[in-house]
Amino acid sequence: MRPPVLELIDVDKVYGFGRPNAVRAVEDLSLTVNEGEIVALLGSSGCGKTSTLRMVAGFEGVTKGKIKIAGREIQHLPPAKRGVAMAFEGYSLYPPLTVRENIAFALKSQRISPDEAARRVAEIAELMEISDVLERYPASISGGQQQRASLARALVRDADLHLLDEPMGQLEPQLRALLRGRIKHFIHERRLTAILVTHDQTEANALADRIAVMEEGILQQYDTPAKLKDRPANLFTGTFIGEPPMNVFPARVSSSERETVFDLGSGVSLKYPAAIFPPDLRSRLSQESDVCLGIRPHAVRLVDGGLPVTVSVVQWLGDQTHIAAQFASRTLVSVIHDRARFAPGNTASIAISAEDLHIFDADTGVAIGHGKVAA
Amino acid sequence: MITISPIERILRGIAITLVILFFMFPIFWIFLMSFQTNETILRVPPSIVFEPTMSNYSALITGKLETNAGLLEFEFMRNLWNSFFLSVSSVAVGLLLGVPAAYAFARLKFRGSEDIAFTLLSFRFAPPLLVLLPLTIYFQQIGLANTYVGLIWVYQLIVLPLILWIVRGYFEDIPADVEHAYRIAGHSWAATFRKIALPLAGPGIAAAGLLAFIFAWNNFIFALVLASADKQPVTVGALAFVTASGIQYGQIAAAIVLSITPTLLLALYAQRYLVEGLSLGAVKG
Repeated sequence: MRPPVLELIDVDKVYGFGRPNAVRAVEDLSLTVNEGEIVALLGSSGCGKTSTLRMVAGFEGVTKGKIKIAGREIQHLPPAKRGVAMAFEGYSLYPPLTVRENIAFALKSQRISPDEAARRVAEIAELMEISDVLERYPASISGGQQQRASLARALVRDADLHLLDEPMGQLEPQLRALLRGRIKHFIHERRLTAILVTHDQTEANALADRIAVMEEGILQQYDTPAKLKDRPANLFTGTFIGEPPMNVFPARVSSSERETVFDLGSGVSLKYPAAIFPPDLRSRLSQESDVCLGIRPHAVRLVDGGLPVTVSVVQWLGDQTHIAAQFASRTLVSVIHDRARFAPGNTASIAISAEDLHIFDADTGVAIGHGKVAA
Repeated sequence: MITISPIERILRGIAITLVILFFMFPIFWIFLMSFQTNETILRVPPSIVFEPTMSNYSALITGKLETNAGLLEFEFMRNLWNSFFLSVSSVAVGLLLGVPAAYAFARLKFRGSEDIAFTLLSFRFAPPLLVLLPLTIYFQQIGLANTYVGLIWVYQLIVLPLILWIVRGYFEDIPADVEHAYRIAGHSWAATFRKIALPLAGPGIAAAGLLAFIFAWNNFIFALVLASADKQPVTVGALAFVTASGIQYGQIAAAIVLSITPTLLLALYAQRYLVEGLSLGAVKG
């Protein structure tokens, strides 16, 4: 069996190692990327995702741990010897060269024939919608065009691994949606392997086969977009993934033979027949007294005769309505797909199905159960 | 387009004329003096009407001057050559050492890098005479006094910090990722320095080289102490016209004209590089 394209093994990155003001940017990161896969590193600013990418590229040293590309340890090699291509967040085109020369540049040093290089440049330029600016200089084209040129320069190369740092941050929404599809197709069609750094979860969901969610230098969860959404490993991924974010309620759980009750405080409780939870989840719950309940806004159903809530804010976003309401002395957000029938101050009633519950440990935030399944 | 009222335009014109007059008049006057004899230069009141003579220039070129105290011999052309040779060599050595060092200081943050860079800059704070006395003694003992090598070495005190600090700024202005993009495309660190960093900082390096050349050319004190007649640059050589029998104003003026001409031409030619160098910031975009 062929080794995975990229392996990170217990990688640490500490800036200012050995000094009192040292910053631990990446901690014990282990990650595997298989051939033909697109992996997104997703997280907020300063979570260590760009540091990770630059360690793979070779612009940052590895404080501890190993990085392997195609089975070969590369953490001590210079960038030129690692067999990776990269699109930079700041575009970083060479100012004295035209866009065409910029894209063809790396092909020349890979000793690809001029005809073949010209063909590839034309193809990628068309894909990126920059055919008309190929003869211009980077300084004379827009930021969005520069970003696409920089992306083209990375994707046109033959490399074991393509690294894309915020590749679409500067593009307008329509173009972004169009290019996402094209890039995904381009990468899969050629069996390229890519790592994408982004803080935009829509982009990560749309492009990536697997997403690595990072926070404070620690890998929180590494899974498919669907699993991240349905089975978040902890409270952080639960609240980080999904728009609008998951509603979180601290709850006191009590189980009896017949019923499982989540007491949310303020006299509000969610009651479910004990039998709908599987035995392993029930036994976990019987050991806990305090948990955190996560409920996705899409899972909050407005029904007649449910639990009463007081509507506080209603926002119509053009294709859906976000309703914020007071529930158990906290704010509960619900999403419905038609225009709201409510105004602030109204009373509505809601229901939450047992399969839509995400149950997390109140202290550690680790998931205990999702819906009717133990984590 | 900013519109300027006619009054403002006139006032600006007057102000610019005054400034130009103030700065250019001495040069203009020296230029006139270089075509006059000592008698016409020293007459009271001074006048710009005179019969031009080339005798000052011919005396400089031949190296022989008839004075009423007898024949005065000097080696002005030799001095001019010395100035040229010393300045060009110093700048060449300075660029060779300073540009890679500037790159290192700009790109690599190593322990004590700021301290070393500042120490190099501090060479420019010290009064030259403070350095000169011990330096003269050392140079005499190791046989470097009155040699071109020794002078070029000492000139590095002037040239190197200047080049280092100016060029460092230009290297820092180049986004590091432009170089990273080149390196990840399969090029070594050295090739990146040659093919990306050097061309992008080119105007800055030219500007620093030019400035260093002018500073080296204008240096007086190092050469005065460390060089004897055959190694002296023009700045020191012009002292020969201050003789016991009188000051040869005409020759001094002609010597000044000849010695500022190369730097002036160089500055005029390199002006566009200086401007280009200043607009390098556009790379950041």
